[in-house]
Amino acid sequence: MKYAYYPGCSLEKNAAAYGDSFKAVTDVLSQELVELEDWNCCGATEYFSLDPLPAYALLARNLALVPPGLTDLVAPCSACYLNLYKTEHHLAERPQLNSDVNAALAEAHLSYKPGTVRVRHALDILVEDVGYAEIALHIKQPLRGLRLVPYYGCFFVRPGGLGSHNPEYPDVLDRLLETLGATTVDFPLKAACCGGHMPQINPETAYGLIYELIATAASREADAIITLCPMCQLNLDVYQAQANDHFGTHHSMPVLYFTQVMGLAFGLSPQAMGFGQEFISAQSILDKLAAPPPPPEEEPKKKPQRSKKALPMPRKIETGQVR
Amino acid sequence: MKTGVYICHCGSNIAGTVDCAEVARWAGELENVAVSRDYKFMCSSTGQELIEKDIQELGVDRVVVASCSPHMHEPTFRGACERAGVNPYMFEMANIREHCSWVHTDKDEATKKAKALVAAAVGRVARHQPLTEKRAPVNKNTLVVGGGVAGIQAALEIANAGYHVYLVEREPSLGGHMAQLDKTFPTLDCSACILTPRIFDAGNHPNITLLSYSEVEKVSGYIGNFRATIRKKARYVNEELCTGCGVCQEKCPKQVVDEVFEAGLGYRKAIYRPFPQAVPKYPVIDRVDCTFFQKGTCKACQKFCPTGAIDFNQQDTLLQVEIGNIILATGYDLFDARRIPQYGYSRFPNVFTSLEFERMTNAAGPTEGKVVLRDGVTTPKTVGIVHCVGSRDLNYNEYCSKVCCMYSLKFAHMVHEKAHAEVYNFYIDMRTPGKGYEEFYHRLMDEGNHFVRGRVASIAEATRYGEPEGKLIVQVEDTLIGEQRRIPVDMVILSAGLEPRHDAQAIARRFGISCSREGWFIEKHPKLDPVATMTDGVFIAGCAQGPRDIPETVAQGAAAAARVLSIIDKGEVLVEAATAIVAEMNCTGCQQCISTCPYTAIEYLADKQKAHVIEALCKGCGTCTAACPSKSISLRHFDDGQLLAEMFGAMEAMFELA
Amino acid sequence: MANEQHEVTLYDQVAAIPGGERLKSCLQCGTCGGSCPSGPDMDHTPRDIFAMILAGKREEVLKSNTFWYCVSCYYCTVRCPQQIPITAIMYQLKHIAAGNKAYSAEATAFSQTFINMVENFGRGFELGLATQFYLLNRPLAAVGMMPMALGMLTRGRMALLPTRIKDLNGLRAILRKAKQIARQRDLEAGVRA
Repeated sequence: MKYAYYPGCSLEKNAAAYGDSFKAVTDVLSQELVELEDWNCCGATEYFSLDPLPAYALLARNLALVPPGLTDLVAPCSACYLNLYKTEHHLAERPQLNSDVNAALAEAHLSYKPGTVRVRHALDILVEDVGYAEIALHIKQPLRGLRLVPYYGCFFVRPGGLGSHNPEYPDVLDRLLETLGATTVDFPLKAACCGGHMPQINPETAYGLIYELIATAASREADAIITLCPMCQLNLDVYQAQANDHFGTHHSMPVLYFTQVMGLAFGLSPQAMGFGQEFISAQSILDKLAAPPPPPEEEPKKKPQRSKKALPMPRKIETGQVR
Repeated sequence: MKTGVYICHCGSNIAGTVDCAEVARWAGELENVAVSRDYKFMCSSTGQELIEKDIQELGVDRVVVASCSPHMHEPTFRGACERAGVNPYMFEMANIREHCSWVHTDKDEATKKAKALVAAAVGRVARHQPLTEKRAPVNKNTLVVGGGVAGIQAALEIANAGYHVYLVEREPSLGGHMAQLDKTFPTLDCSACILTPRIFDAGNHPNITLLSYSEVEKVSGYIGNFRATIRKKARYVNEELCTGCGVCQEKCPKQVVDEVFEAGLGYRKAIYRPFPQAVPKYPVIDRVDCTFFQKGTCKACQKFCPTGAIDFNQQDTLLQVEIGNIILATGYDLFDARRIPQYGYSRFPNVFTSLEFERMTNAAGPTEGKVVLRDGVTTPKTVGIVHCVGSRDLNYNEYCSKVCCMYSLKFAHMVHEKAHAEVYNFYIDMRTPGKGYEEFYHRLMDEGNHFVRGRVASIAEATRYGEPEGKLIVQVEDTLIGEQRRIPVDMVILSAGLEPRHDAQAIARRFGISCSREGWFIEKHPKLDPVATMTDGVFIAGCAQGPRDIPETVAQGAAAAARVLSIIDKGEVLVEAATAIVAEMNCTGCQQCISTCPYTAIEYLADKQKAHVIEALCKGCGTCTAACPSKSISLRHFDDGQLLAEMFGAMEAMFELA
Repeated sequence: MANEQHEVTLYDQVAAIPGGERLKSCLQCGTCGGSCPSGPDMDHTPRDIFAMILAGKREEVLKSNTFWYCVSCYYCTVRCPQQIPITAIMYQLKHIAAGNKAYSAEATAFSQTFINMVENFGRGFELGLATQFYLLNRPLAAVGMMPMALGMLTRGRMALLPTRIKDLNGLRAILRKAKQIARQRDLEAGVRA
């Protein structure tokens, strides 16, 4: 399938690893990305903070730039994704807003009709349009032995819309990582906030949140945290050292984009997948994958005897889309 | 023909929008109208006397009252006619309130519409025929569906009055949710202690036929004369031979989690009795988990049964019963707390629901009454009780489940007493309206429990720097001090709300009643008639109608029983007079009417090859009348002549007034 | 709520956004304040702010740091039992505070700096943003950021020069027009005097 592609400012440099690995992975899966001609910044959370109408107009310019014939616009960055998605929906639901925004767009000889474009996140097009079964066919090196934390962050699941992912406990990334052969860690904070722009506004708040995520992952013996948003990756990876300093701890938890490990599973080179750009080295991941598989157990490990007194646990349900 | 027309003001309900005097004046000029009046309150005794006087003194023989909905006062005015000697079916009501004054604001337009409605009624009533309601005897048997405390109460009331009851319960034993509870608020009575004597009485009463492990499959008929088909599910245990010794349960090798009675917190065998005091005492084999039914082997129960009571070949049996009245007391289901992932139920071992906790504190439960963590051994040192789980929340259920604040306080007390743990109650409001309830709350405060006014945001086994490991962290805003707090606890109890049974809609349809949007059975009137439904002869009691506590449930069970007893006592019901009638000469015997009749009130006379309406069963719905391809069926009181007269009356008036 | 003289209250200004009027249905349950990642650092929790708005405490609300600390995680919005669009209200409060100059300079500094970058180049420019923000607002902290900045540069994660979009003039025209219309709408809704 052919998609209009909105990289967003982060993917140019800061999250180049995400951008490069996403392009590589879509190539393998025969999905075509057509980058928007002359796209502009989505405004992150900052534009809406001061004046909403210009913020919508800023975003609508990108929607207007989608070439005719392309119905889906894919954005890998969760903030860009939410902003574009929100704009598309609000223009459709609020006629006054739509006419005001189009009046502004007209100044640059642009216009946008709500309903023309469907805004998608990079993860969604892979799991929904391609599907797990198809992805599995391209795996050359399963992520055997890796314990990965699927970390969704906020914007991918909230505020969400009808029929989209469970806002507290989604499962699409979990299932993708499992398809790639990894073991996913049951992470209670999988949709918790990374702190957003708090490192700049009030670092103490940010460190507390970052620490909680890193420490919880470490306590569950995770090998890495897998993200789908450059903001989350920045906070958890680039600010990890500062969080450690603040609390006097020494965690070392690599934080990677899901497309990076997906590329590894497809047999693509780590360098091409942007390994080496992270602050907290992900070499441990590469080492683990390169290591020979452990010899099969001599005796099958005995299932730990369940204490006779232990009370049964309730059955889990699929929360993925249920509310 | 002398028609009397009466326009009611209904205070200002009608007169505020419709010019009643003008309508009365205008109606006076309609064909056949001998007298036309307007009056402030027609339903009052003075208002009714106006009608009666005109009948007696002016010889009025047809009456039209333009007022409220027939639902309100058709019986009232029909009664007035009858008292004065006019057949009650020579009466017609025009609804100029719900259909006119209450839905329009323009006075001129509303008055014109009222005139048209009156003209329609006057035209119609001219074509009315006198009809007599037949009387049908009332079958003195009653069907009570649901063997929880509501159903048991209702059944006992009726049985003690000397009448026979079929008490149908879907589970293997009587008791319902109340049997699962440990102590009941605010008195902290042991639930089983107060319930089991009732269960025993109901199971052994000479006037009660207990049909346990059974479900009602089909219902037909009408008040005083219902027919029900009940499926008695096969227990695979011969009740004649079983002594209830329990050896089968002991020897059964297949243990499974008991999702129903033990709320998933304990185990049972594939052959089981839900609890020791179960009534009846006969166990049941669960086919899905039984090794014999799944694989063909085992049969340990049969081998060890001293009386040879195990019968793997037993079949379900179908019973047909005839009853006069039905009481639905089918109870509630607990909100599924897994729908709120941020509370961690089913992911964190030490998060429990209220029903799980009831089983835990119950001395006959899986932990013999000890308050322990999921490992079955460790006593918690701190416990958090979360109110309003799945209630008062537009994302789940908008309503308040009424009983959770009280049972949460009860839990706080139990935890204190049994585990001597520190307890936090996290609430939005403290709802303690019943007798002794507020005092119970004060008692809990005196016991030293922590009350944090804040709805819990999240519960997680994740810690921030400096927090203790291995705990559940409850994150909440303490709204009374305006600060976010993270409180580490060992155990969390989720006070989940009450929901209608998952199959409430299907049950309502089966019995011919309605459900609200959420699924609670709908009462006839929310204030004045909470145990009756819009279907005469079908009553509701207990939580099936909405969340409530035990005292209210028992009261409703008794109230429903009282209603039934008064119908039984009267001995007869008036059968609808507006029934369908087949013109045999025209009937072609196609039987279309029979297949469309929702009340199975039409039979096919094979010898004559004609359809015949069984008047006693006919409700006058008119479906057959519309379905008949040869127009052989007409509906009394709704024949073509009457309906056309009504339409023409209205249309002519509208043309004239336009 | 607006009184006889139609004086516009803070509640009215908040109710101007779609769903904003739901604020009057607030149960004061505290789920928002309980869920908020920045909650502990706000001088008033979101719930508190709503009580203050309904009580007419305009000045105190606009002076508080609550909405500036909002990270838009949307936890409050998805969890609110009355389905109040809380995050959107936070944005509206920022908008009102900024327009009414009731804020502290630093609160808007980050957002304003970011916006300047976008309006100058059409795309974000992190080096420019960080330099301008830290030097003007937290000069001492700027020194502490050096190692991180170096780390970003050596790993190729930060551009030394900004990227300009081709139709920057078009973008600026769009934004100019949008701001003009925005001012008009604000006047109509009473959000701006």
